[in-house]
Amino acid sequence: MTSPSLCRLRNFLIRVNTSISSSCHQNTRKMSSVKPSVYVTRRVPLPGKEILASECNVTQWDQDDPVPRDELLRQVKGKDGIFCLLTEKIDEELILAAGPQLKVVGTMSVGYDHVDLAACKKHNIKVGFTPGVLTNAVAELTVALLLTTSRRLKEAMAEVVNGGWGTWKPLWLCGQGLDGATVGIVGLGRIGLTVGKCLKPFAVQKFLYSDAFENPGAAEIGAQRVPLDELLANSDFVLACCALTPETKEMFNKDVFKKMKKNAIFINTSRGGVVQQDDLYDALKSGEIGAAGLDVTVPEPLPTNSPLLTLNNCVILPHIASATDKSRSSMSELTAKNILAALNGEKMPTEVQIN
Amino acid sequence: MKLKIYVTRIVPQEGIDIIKDKYDVDVWDSEDVIPYEALREKVVGITALFCTISDNIDAGILDAAGPSLKVVATMSVGQHHIDLEECKRRGIQVTNTPDVASDSAAELTVALLLLTTRRLLEGFEAVKNGEWGKWKPMWILGTESLNRTLGIMGMGRVGFGVARRLKPFGVSRIIYYDVTQAAFADDVGAELVSFEELLKESDLLCVCCALTPQTRHIFDKSAFSKMKSSAVLINTSRAALLQQSDLYDALKEGQISAAGLDVTDPEPLPINHPLLSLPNCVILPHLGTNTTDARSNMSINTAMNIRAVLEPLE
Repeated sequence: MTSPSLCRLRNFLIRVNTSISSSCHQNTRKMSSVKPSVYVTRRVPLPGKEILASECNVTQWDQDDPVPRDELLRQVKGKDGIFCLLTEKIDEELILAAGPQLKVVGTMSVGYDHVDLAACKKHNIKVGFTPGVLTNAVAELTVALLLTTSRRLKEAMAEVVNGGWGTWKPLWLCGQGLDGATVGIVGLGRIGLTVGKCLKPFAVQKFLYSDAFENPGAAEIGAQRVPLDELLANSDFVLACCALTPETKEMFNKDVFKKMKKNAIFINTSRGGVVQQDDLYDALKSGEIGAAGLDVTVPEPLPTNSPLLTLNNCVILPHIASATDKSRSSMSELTAKNILAALNGEKMPTEVQIN
Repeated sequence: MKLKIYVTRIVPQEGIDIIKDKYDVDVWDSEDVIPYEALREKVVGITALFCTISDNIDAGILDAAGPSLKVVATMSVGQHHIDLEECKRRGIQVTNTPDVASDSAAELTVALLLLTTRRLLEGFEAVKNGEWGKWKPMWILGTESLNRTLGIMGMGRVGFGVARRLKPFGVSRIIYYDVTQAAFADDVGAELVSFEELLKESDLLCVCCALTPQTRHIFDKSAFSKMKSSAVLINTSRAALLQQSDLYDALKEGQISAAGLDVTDPEPLPINHPLLSLPNCVILPHLGTNTTDARSNMSINTAMNIRAVLEPLE
């Protein structure tokens, strides 16, 4: 072989070698920089953010108030995962704005009525939620709200500051006790059953529940599954503990309130949307039912001039059922873990089963 | 001639119905307290007095009633408003209504505890004054009872009822202080401890004991200094168990985290009272047993107590 041929061969081999090694180098660079990107839509308890930041590039709306919609649509572009709250509507518009690389949405809530499951399914997006870790806090607040309503504590506290409190009177501000009462739970899921267990030692005489399915856990509180109408006719306390779905939307309407007892106390800590709110107002005003305690309304926040706020027999809390340090930290952690699992192709701790 | 009974207030009719046929029953026809002087006039020659905690049944009233008076029946558990020594000296029986009210009182105690630990009052204010915005993860965070230590001062009917009701909320330990071991404490797994330990260990401390010379002002500056700074104190028995100005200081300085009171000194509390200015103090206007059924049962119980004393004498 002549020297020029060897040189050409040598140069060719060098070029091939260089091209192979540079493409390997490029591949290595791509793998080491292929951290998934996640958008967190709010300032959330730290544990969740820390878990995500360990494996992902995290961008965050680090504010206490919600991210405006147009900013949200901008920020989700190109993201692999979204950590959201119940204030963000996860729909076709948002999914398209994010792009085809979006793999998972984790909501820091047990309710997912703000997530369009059909759209997620269509685009192969997994959805995580936070059941279990908030059950105790929510059950506790449900009982707190029930007692505040049944024992007229809000009216009583107002009398303390407005000068209405006189000396002790036997018949003043008398409410209704749980002892000897019948409690009807609409939706005996994790939360409904835990509420029932908390109420049992208050000497409740009977537990009834209505649900699409039989819950074997009902035996722990001796709760009997009955048709909704029977529950309404017999319950002194009616508790809405069901998810908001197309089937349960505005199920508590004027017909339902009519079927309830006149002294019945209605408690809702699920979603405002299960109640036809104008019908509830009418039922409370006319005495069709005794009183109501709500932790959820439509809309949230409820405007300060809402007619519900003029009623003495309506007690309203600003959606704080899961509001404890413990619960919110756990919800934040679980949401992050759901997202990471999906991004890593692993089984999510708590995934919404989309049918 | 029918024996005379005086009822010092409008009370649930179910109780009056039990005594009105057999006895000559006169009622102070008002929801407000009968003035002392009026009561002195009305009790003359009565055999039984049906009263409430707002009435001061002292030697003066007993003198005015005269030797015919056989029983003072109060529509309450507490008897602090009655001069028990004087009654004993004159052979006058005193009756009260301990059992029918305990469910209702225990329920109210738990209601007040949850109202306080979960910051419901702040929630109501936020709804009313427009402070409620869009859902936020770290707003109005309360304290869960889960894994906390519940301390009961006085394991009587109400104390036991409170312990029973709080158990399913996941309290990990229940301790109590009382003068003796309560046999039924085992039913809720409650452990008898010293007063010191009750103060030191409790995350949630419910005062459910009677007011006696020994327990008067037992919750004072020294007691508050021994409690956890995260502790929540609930009092639904009698105001004088707490040294109220020391409580104010303890709450203001963060020596304890919050307090819920159903009883105050005085009652009613003046609306400009310093305790009402504290965001971590929840006050109820002595609701106690405020259910229609409980009050009705108390009225019936009082009437039946009267009959139980008078009938054997006839």
